[in-house]
Amino acid sequence: MKIVLNIWRQSTRSAKGAFERHELADVTEHMSFLEMLDVLNERLTAQGKEPVAFDHDCREGICGACGFMIDGQAHGPAVRTTVCQLHMRSFKDGDELCLEPFRAAAFPVVRDLMVDRSAFDRIVQAGGFISVNTGSAPEANSTPVGKDAADKAFDAAACIGCGACVASCPNASAMLFTSAKASHLGLLPHGLPERHDRAVRMVSQMDAEGFGHCSQHTECEAVCPKGIKVENIARLNRDYLFASLFHSPREGEADGGG
Amino acid sequence: MVLDSKIPSGAIETAWDRHRFSMKLVNPANRRKYTVIVVGSGLAGAAAAATLGEQGYNVLCYCFQDTPRRAHSIAAQGGINAAKNYQNDGDSIYRLFYDTVKGGDFRAREGNVYRLSQLSVNIIDQAVAQGVPFAREYGGLLANRSFGGAQVSRTFYARGQTGQQLLIGAYQALSRQIAAGRVKMFARTEMLDVVLVNGRAQGIVVRDLESGAISTAAADAVCLATGGYSNAFFLSTNAMGCNVTATWRAHRKGALFANPCFTQIHPTCIPASGAYQSKLTLMSESLRNDGRVWVPKNPADCAKSPKDIPEEDRDYYLERKYPSFGNLSPRDIASRAAKQVCDDGRGVGPAVEGARRGVYLDFADAIRRLGQKAISERYGNLFEMYERITGENPYETPMRMYPAPHYTMGGLWVDYNLESTIPGLFVAGEANFSDHGANRLGASALMQGLADGYFVLPFTLANYLAGVKAGAVTTSHPAFNDAATEVKASVQTLLSIKGSRTVDSFHRELGTLLWERCGMARNRAGLEDAIAKIPKIREEFWANVNVPGSGAELNQSLERAGRVADLLEFGELMCRDALAREESCGGHFREEHQDDGEAKRNDAEYSYAAAWEYAGAGKAPTLHKEPLTFNYVKPVTRSYK
Repeated sequence: MKIVLNIWRQSTRSAKGAFERHELADVTEHMSFLEMLDVLNERLTAQGKEPVAFDHDCREGICGACGFMIDGQAHGPAVRTTVCQLHMRSFKDGDELCLEPFRAAAFPVVRDLMVDRSAFDRIVQAGGFISVNTGSAPEANSTPVGKDAADKAFDAAACIGCGACVASCPNASAMLFTSAKASHLGLLPHGLPERHDRAVRMVSQMDAEGFGHCSQHTECEAVCPKGIKVENIARLNRDYLFASLFHSPREGEADGGG
Repeated sequence: MVLDSKIPSGAIETAWDRHRFSMKLVNPANRRKYTVIVVGSGLAGAAAAATLGEQGYNVLCYCFQDTPRRAHSIAAQGGINAAKNYQNDGDSIYRLFYDTVKGGDFRAREGNVYRLSQLSVNIIDQAVAQGVPFAREYGGLLANRSFGGAQVSRTFYARGQTGQQLLIGAYQALSRQIAAGRVKMFARTEMLDVVLVNGRAQGIVVRDLESGAISTAAADAVCLATGGYSNAFFLSTNAMGCNVTATWRAHRKGALFANPCFTQIHPTCIPASGAYQSKLTLMSESLRNDGRVWVPKNPADCAKSPKDIPEEDRDYYLERKYPSFGNLSPRDIASRAAKQVCDDGRGVGPAVEGARRGVYLDFADAIRRLGQKAISERYGNLFEMYERITGENPYETPMRMYPAPHYTMGGLWVDYNLESTIPGLFVAGEANFSDHGANRLGASALMQGLADGYFVLPFTLANYLAGVKAGAVTTSHPAFNDAATEVKASVQTLLSIKGSRTVDSFHRELGTLLWERCGMARNRAGLEDAIAKIPKIREEFWANVNVPGSGAELNQSLERAGRVADLLEFGELMCRDALAREESCGGHFREEHQDDGEAKRNDAEYSYAAAWEYAGAGKAPTLHKEPLTFNYVKPVTRSYK
């Protein structure tokens, strides 16, 4: 089938970008979306042009590296599917598609369809962990965890950090990402001691990175390839509120143990 | 060269304890004066960097991905083994040790494997304390399953995402150390060489993948945790970025490369669908717990819909050939059996480039027995993934599977301390060769990566550091400038060729050749052919590759070109190793050495680890042998019949 792509091209962070039109006449329905871009890139290279830069790695929908907007939808039209797992059978002959990077002030464009999502790393560094040094863990079965809590924690832990939630939010809020991490750890007994402190630290970092606030648009949940639920946002809001009222933050920076 | 494995003498059960006591410690107040470089942020790298940070060392950690959380460990689906014996089914450290040595077809060191089995239980404790959400029973305790043909249930799992959850655990620990200032993280940064001063590893040369800037970093020790080389085959289940560059460049600087021909071909991957295919997708081996593998008995039936092939015309070949293990036969055996039936012309699915390469994995019996709901609870996410990729519904029609390169047991040679033949250069996880012999058992890769990172390296590295002066070498030493200059020149050469072929076309050519000649079955003529052809592909690459763009920008073609250039050298070594090993063992199957299709090991002559020394560009490498001795598990023929 024939597919027309209008792709955002931008050579560096500070360069001015623009759309570039490409036609592919021989796309098959079994190709993944990224394999179609591979084919395009091979052709561009053969023509002496620069290939389109995009992040990708596992191509199994788990590493979270890939992601861009296809006609305004993060990861494209398929539900709960990263763009690397999106196959061309989701499209039809003659479709014209617009590919743009994730847009958010906190996700600067690096090149073409690639963005800098290191702000997510800094949110995790602010408190998205359980403070346990290697070697100091008790016997694993010494703390039973109810299956319900374990399953809910797992649902939140399934986040792959791709950033689709931010790209789809009209406020470019990172609340779904942040709350998923806070919920994953806060729902487990092992993460309970730091639950409120974690909420405050992670939310503060999120604000400092320039992400917007959540206005419960819930588009994030709709586009999330892993089905992360907005109930995590409600949980983080509760934790944050509780912490602001009753919890005294720990002094100084995280000491890293040891 | 004498390869000293440094395995402690005496009883194996107490060897690691005794060794730990004999190793030197670094005074806590002095630790921050020592700098350690960790390259790679997968399970082994992130775990090592985090733990060294906790201990107070100054750690520099590098990864080529945009964040350390994306390393390829994340894609492991099935689980992680540990000898907890929670299921009270007769498991023990000794049994895990025994199974691993036997599963590796007696080509791994007993001492390493025993330590791995001991540490397996600590890993589970550590991961649970970090918040890794393993599957649990209703009583709140951890669940286990049997995996990859093990007779006991010792595999811990987190749905089909065990690798992701364990990596996120290690990443969180790493993030905590980054926040504490103990670890400095460099993402989107690729290591392009190791720097030696007076024969010791003292630093690395890196390229910032966004700006293109090439720089150097100095340290008191360097640890490579840079994964395996399955992408030598072009099509594999590895992530697109996985490469051999770090270990290969260390090899060129003097680190011996061991058993490169030991590669694992995973039996259950989705078959390729066309010539544009960029990678293959693995489907968890756990599917074989309930799925039955078959092909038509008659080649004439291969083009028919599976529905139209009656029961009596189906060949459940694993159940037929291996009645006691059946569909759960180990990976190497199941893969080879699939190849054999396809070579017989009995493969199924659409023909790609003239051949049908696929076998059915059928859940119809399991759905009849247990109901669709039970199957959906066990494998729902895998079934969905299969349908997304193939457009076929596995509840209604059998899945199609074909083996694909998945893991590499070979890697840089290391001793019991995980130190390579270059002093101060340590190697962890899949990047080293140590624990899996000629075949890795399912759910053992995560175990080894984390054992190395959390529980082995932090002690053995300390022992090394205690013997050297902190900060003795800085990047002002001329060796750093020399190494950087060399790297810059090689990057410039790649960019200046501007030939007529793309990087991927060379990668595909090499991969196809290796898959045919050094894949699931190998023979002398094929290997000799590959050894003759690879230098020609290499020659053409350096004369005719087209790398667009410049070096002073983000340039993904240039990144791939450097990696493919290394794979073009490495692939030849793989074939040489396969040629030199005149026996069949584990994943290495030499057609000349078999008993009616079953691998024929030759313990009298080949019970050794083959460690290759680089002899210079275009020169045949030198083989060194580390003999393997088995004092506990007596080598027997691996039979799964």
